[in-house]
Amino acid sequence: MFPNNLFENPERLNRLIDIAQSSFLPLVKGALLYSITIALVSFAVGLIIAVLTALARISGIRPLVLIARIYVSIIRGTPLLVQLFIIFYGLPSLGLRIDPIPSAIIGFSLSVGAYSSEVIRAAILSIPKGQWEAAYSIGMSYTQALRRVILPQATRVSIPPLSNSFISLVKDTSLAAAITVPEMFRKAQEIVASTYEPMLLYIEAALIYWLICFLLSILQDRIEIRLDRYV
Amino acid sequence: MIQVRDLHKQFHSLQVLKGISLTVEKGKVVVVIGPSGSGKTTLLRCLNALEVPTSGTVQIGDVKLDFSQKPDRSRIPLLRRQTGMVFQSYNLFPHMTALQNVMEGPVTVKKEDPRKVQLKASAILAKVGLADKVDHYPAQLSGGQQQRVGIARALAMDPQVMLFDEPTSALDPELVGEVLKVMKELAQEGMTMIVVTHEMSFARDVADEVIFMDQGVIVEQGPPEQIFRQSREERTRQFLQHLQVRD
Repeated sequence: MFPNNLFENPERLNRLIDIAQSSFLPLVKGALLYSITIALVSFAVGLIIAVLTALARISGIRPLVLIARIYVSIIRGTPLLVQLFIIFYGLPSLGLRIDPIPSAIIGFSLSVGAYSSEVIRAAILSIPKGQWEAAYSIGMSYTQALRRVILPQATRVSIPPLSNSFISLVKDTSLAAAITVPEMFRKAQEIVASTYEPMLLYIEAALIYWLICFLLSILQDRIEIRLDRYV
Repeated sequence: MIQVRDLHKQFHSLQVLKGISLTVEKGKVVVVIGPSGSGKTTLLRCLNALEVPTSGTVQIGDVKLDFSQKPDRSRIPLLRRQTGMVFQSYNLFPHMTALQNVMEGPVTVKKEDPRKVQLKASAILAKVGLADKVDHYPAQLSGGQQQRVGIARALAMDPQVMLFDEPTSALDPELVGEVLKVMKELAQEGMTMIVVTHEMSFARDVADEVIFMDQGVIVEQGPPEQIFRQSREERTRQFLQHLQVRD
């Protein structure tokens, strides 16, 4: 009987508490140093790709539309884990060797770029045509209208779905464990390998992921309130 | 000031403008009336190339664009810099305050010094009676106030010509007056204006010339007394009668 065992056996309980305590810091370190950092960098790069892809999609210029569609289709149509394996384990056979962390960032950025481009495209299209016309009527160029009038409003529309993407991304960084990035989940696996306490360590890792995502959703609420001040 | 020659505009198979020619002298106020679908809004939008005409020429000030040849797109902003546009649905930038809306053109397009622009923009907003609303966002303003910000935003670019596209059609009746008052003041200051409107009283009191359009052509044009009292064309009379019945 597992639960009875645990409480009738104070030695085992103490050992679990010990492991939980001593593993907490390495896990948090893995989260801050790798999981969150990789997520932030990938998200920033991914958003730039996403905006460019969205603009290509709505440009109406055939080759650009086609390239954007193919890119989005490939990334959305294949598993992220497979993409990471291709970048890290596959490319070296073509002579292209990329370190684990850059590999992860490339994979995650491409993924964010594809998924978020659809969000951003929809957000740009949701801005009334009159806003473009007003911008043009005071003499703005396409780029000025986009930068000063359209994107600021599209940002507001896209914050909730983009927050979703970011929270997903933070959790998806655990996939980088499979390409040897020493992020939180890989740390947890390593500690399991030496302590044989999978339940404890994986629950602990799960709780830390949850805590991070909880804090992020609070941040999302704050951003939304701030951006909603003018509507 | 404005010269339009043989302007055509076609949307797919639909001919909206069928050869419009028009001259407007500096400082004149021209009011364009006509039933919906007559092409009056399209004409206005062709003047600053929000719609690119199918053929014909538009000249405003020293900027002349011939749309019969392949139009030189890089000159379209030049044409737009000559004109200020006021929209039926205001189209203010909702993420900017009234002041920021008015400053946006001079700062972003003309690259003027923001501190100087701020003084100028405040003065223009005061002129349209909104000195106390400079820091309000559009959503915090009434329709009439928003439209006056719209006028101020256009004026800030120092346009040669002001184009008004049914500026009071979206307003509650009690708010129409404040917008028309600002437009009248502008006319008195000598601004060249082309106004598409259903406000016949404005046409009667302010216009130097009234143009009646129907089915993509100018049916009749002349001073307001002539159009309203002794119009020569049956179609004009029918349209005006219909309005009076509605009033």
